[in-house]
Amino acid sequence: MAIDNKQALAGNAPSGFYDLPKFGNVSLLHMTDCHAQLLPIYFREPDVNIGVGAAIGQPPHLVGEYLLKYYGIRPGTREAYAFTYLDFAAAARTYGKVGGFAYLKTLVDKVRASRPGSLLLDGGDTWQGSATSLWTNGQDMVDAAKLLGVNVMTGHWEFTYGAERVKHVVDNDFKGHIDFVAQNIKTNDFGDPVFKPYVIKTMNGVQVAIIGQAFPYTPIANPRYMVPDWSFGINDDNMQKVVNEARAKGAQVVVVLSHNGMDVDLKMATRVTGIDAIFGGHTHDGVPQPTQVKNAKGTTLVTNAGSNGKFLGVMDFDVKNGKIAAWKYRLLPVFSNLLEPDAKMAKLIEDVRAPYASKLNEKLAVTEELLYRRGNFNGTFDQLILDALMAVKGADAAFSPGFRWGTTLLSGDVITMDHLMDQTAITYPSTTLTEMTGATIKSIMEDVCDNLFNADPYYQQGGDMVRVGGIQYAVAPNNKIGNRISNMTLKGKPVMASKKYKVAGWAPVGEGVSGTPIWDVVAEYLRDIKVVKPRKLNEPKIVGIGKNPGIAPGIA
Amino acid sequence: MAEPMKMRASVSGDVADIKVLMNHPMETGLRKDAKTGQLIPAHFINEVHATVNGKPVLDAQWGGGVSKNPYLGFKVKGAKAGDKVEVSWKDNKGESNKVDGVVA
Amino acid sequence: AAAAGLLKSGNVLAAWNSSAFAAKTVPEAIKDLGLSTPADSKAISIKAPDIAENGAVVPVEVTSSIAGTTGIAIFAEKNATPLITDFKLSNGAEGFISTRIKMGQTAMVRAVVTAGGKTYTAAKEVKVTIGGCGG
Ligand SMILES: [Mn+2]
Ligand SMILES: [Mn+2]
Repeated sequence: MAIDNKQALAGNAPSGFYDLPKFGNVSLLHMTDCHAQLLPIYFREPDVNIGVGAAIGQPPHLVGEYLLKYYGIRPGTREAYAFTYLDFAAAARTYGKVGGFAYLKTLVDKVRASRPGSLLLDGGDTWQGSATSLWTNGQDMVDAAKLLGVNVMTGHWEFTYGAERVKHVVDNDFKGHIDFVAQNIKTNDFGDPVFKPYVIKTMNGVQVAIIGQAFPYTPIANPRYMVPDWSFGINDDNMQKVVNEARAKGAQVVVVLSHNGMDVDLKMATRVTGIDAIFGGHTHDGVPQPTQVKNAKGTTLVTNAGSNGKFLGVMDFDVKNGKIAAWKYRLLPVFSNLLEPDAKMAKLIEDVRAPYASKLNEKLAVTEELLYRRGNFNGTFDQLILDALMAVKGADAAFSPGFRWGTTLLSGDVITMDHLMDQTAITYPSTTLTEMTGATIKSIMEDVCDNLFNADPYYQQGGDMVRVGGIQYAVAPNNKIGNRISNMTLKGKPVMASKKYKVAGWAPVGEGVSGTPIWDVVAEYLRDIKVVKPRKLNEPKIVGIGKNPGIAPGIA
Repeated sequence: MAEPMKMRASVSGDVADIKVLMNHPMETGLRKDAKTGQLIPAHFINEVHATVNGKPVLDAQWGGGVSKNPYLGFKVKGAKAGDKVEVSWKDNKGESNKVDGVVA
Repeated sequence: AAAAGLLKSGNVLAAWNSSAFAAKTVPEAIKDLGLSTPADSKAISIKAPDIAENGAVVPVEVTSSIAGTTGIAIFAEKNATPLITDFKLSNGAEGFISTRIKMGQTAMVRAVVTAGGKTYTAAKEVKVTIGGCGG
């Protein structure tokens, strides 16, 4: 499909793209899952994001043209570029990079200027995902969030810096600036709350409660030893208690700043009453308009605001007689070529990066294909990581976690250490080489697959399928655990249940595992090959789901 | 000597909410030592008793399936602030411990 | 003095039920506890995580709103020995127990409640996963 050239002409940006007429009297701005991307980036949305059970064909399980059609977005436009993978390489060259904190800051300030008293909510996954965030222990993002003007925050990957680090930031850096809220984190002894469950802010005379919901499965998806004394969970019943308490205290608007993931938020909205809106993250779904969920006592709006600093959600409520009379929502893509960078933020970013410049800018290789990660089963950058693991470690097969962060590079781009860290910067980066039987390999794949495709969202963890190198397989998302993975082959031969295979991997969640950090393994491989040629993407054969608007035509 | 137990007892209406933490390895006897490969001998709390103002309210038998450093929460109706709560345990080796507290 | 002593020592205590705790299945353990086959009941609620954060420490809370509840036994159906705890309640203790249990794998957590000489049951699935993923 052709790019809309009328809008795309250089320097002929759509005038007033960011002019949002003021509406109502309560405005909440929402960003989430920026994964420490301070600079503008490319981010390709998925072409496989399958919904199962009641989620089939429903947001956020719509890709490409299905999404455009559902939300009435014209193909070939800036918005189509922002919300889908369609024609990605060409669209990226036309419309440019997205996000970047200096540009986001300008946009936030512009929107807030017409909305006095508005609040900026940060859904978390803010301190992790880049080299500088890892090397500064998240400090660059703590400072950037404060300068950006974040008012309320919750978390997920923040906890991978350890409980003490999070507590330190909340009690010191954030004090008097940012409220860190989480109703679902308790101590492991008597179950006492670790953070404030919510805050009430007054906006133009209206009391607004913002309840925090941290990622419920942090001690499962990430190393538990990082937060040994805390327990998480969804905790619906405590959520209901907190909503009721906030209402009893006079809150006229009650919203949840959530890191549940959208499918979990959609279910929670059917079970907990009295929430006006859930501002969601974690699943990195760029959802243009809220889903309206009915429950026993009313309707809850459920949003999800994408990832990597690509979007800013703006929710305007018109509150009359103590109730929301009307609302308007926009998920604004942050186009760096339509915004002037904020000078102060640009300076902060420059200062953060300066001490690491030579490391960040090391040129590792040049790519001759589009490198991306996001998608249910594999991405080209993940394939590169798998190939590196197998080559460097001498493995038959490799596993790479189904992370949803990680930016996109265009064909012809130089891959720097900075870019490699965007895919790998975590606090538990060890690579491993393990002998596993075919049966163990299958059970791991079944386990992770159930985290993605269990028909009940409360059993999903919001990541993608573990990326698999060396082993071909078929997957039946609609089946039950133990029966989704089949036809596993390695170099054309069936994977035998009792035979042992050498499997490389990284990001072990168990304690006490050591090994070369993943970035060193992949850097070694890239320095060696120098040029990344288009490579075969090992994607499973998807079976038994028929036509699903969560898969691009031609894939299944 | 076993480490001290911890108790919290609070009342809302006329129901006391009592929470106890006990220090104990709770070895099932089925677990192998990672280094020696030898079975670690069973060592777990197998009896728990609780009284309010001396009257028994809870008598329990436990197996090794209770988590290490066990947690127990229970509720007693007809209680009031100032009531005396005592919780005690015995394990399969005959060791024991108890804690008392006052409903607040 | 004898009466006071009797009162203080509480209920007549049975010896530790080694056969019930060694039983390999829930029905065997129920039998060894001397209980009749329980009927399903919606008056029992089990609060436990959908996915365990740590299979070695799974919080389980059982609430029975059946009048006259005097016993709550808790089982993890796929543990090698499923019976975890057997509670007897008296003198105002409500039909409520909160504890933390070990689970080797994804399984139903089952509660068996005794009230008025009859037995009732309910169960909830808890998933035990290897973890590691991330959005
Ligand atoms: Mn997340
Ligand atoms: Mn994220």
